[in-house]
Amino acid sequence: MATLEVNGKSIPVDGEGYLLSLSDWDEKVAKFIAKNEGIDELTDRHWAVIKFMQKVFKEKGSGPSIRRLGKESGVPIKELYKLFPKGPAKKAAKIAGIKKPVGCI
Amino acid sequence: MTEKVKYEPIKKVSIVISRGSLDGVYPGLIMANGALMEGMDATLFFTFFGLDAIRKKTMNSLKVATVGNPGMHIPTWVGAVPGMSAFATSKMKQEIEKLDIPPVGEFLEMIHDAGGEMLACKATVEMFHLKREDFCSQVDAIVSVGQMYEASAGAQIIFT
Repeated sequence: MATLEVNGKSIPVDGEGYLLSLSDWDEKVAKFIAKNEGIDELTDRHWAVIKFMQKVFKEKGSGPSIRRLGKESGVPIKELYKLFPKGPAKKAAKIAGIKKPVGCI
Repeated sequence: MTEKVKYEPIKKVSIVISRGSLDGVYPGLIMANGALMEGMDATLFFTFFGLDAIRKKTMNSLKVATVGNPGMHIPTWVGAVPGMSAFATSKMKQEIEKLDIPPVGEFLEMIHDAGGEMLACKATVEMFHLKREDFCSQVDAIVSVGQMYEASAGAQIIFT
């Protein structure tokens, strides 16, 4: 099984680096994954997206669609693509410690 | 899948939307949005009745064709019954909304905000006597086929 080594902790992840359990997640883990994804600094706007994704995940068992993310997270689509370049829904999901989004939208 | 060959990932798609029915337009929009979400670049080229998807007047009232559409699995005469297309359209729109897929106008906005490029086919724009003002603001340019190919450099071209 693949793991992520953060601050001496071994965190189980899937083959693509998504956390298997959100309970392993903390802000240090988020920062670590973000760095790996090419995001050096997580701003308040990043955190707003991350927290929103976790909230939806806890309610529904899966992350929000990009439409819902753009409408309800408080961060519009244009900005989402700037904050998380090259695929915001997937990247933000990985950093937020939730499962890879599987929907088409 | 036992395939061992590793192929280069697709980096860019150029999607041609040539039909103006609801079922003719959505696949291209979904594929373009999906490409952007995967981190690829995407260009949309609207031609012939596909232009209806970007015309302010028609974009939010596209219909499902119930005549001459074998996918409907109903006899032609049933499809021709008045109100049948409106019925099928409202049914499909409900299902689309359930999947959290936006109406055409909002979808175009989403795709454009995500960096998708939108081009209208010059030949058809002239054929239908349309003007720039007839199109939604997300349309980046009205271009010739040659310019469409230029904009598609390095892309996989998908015709829908």
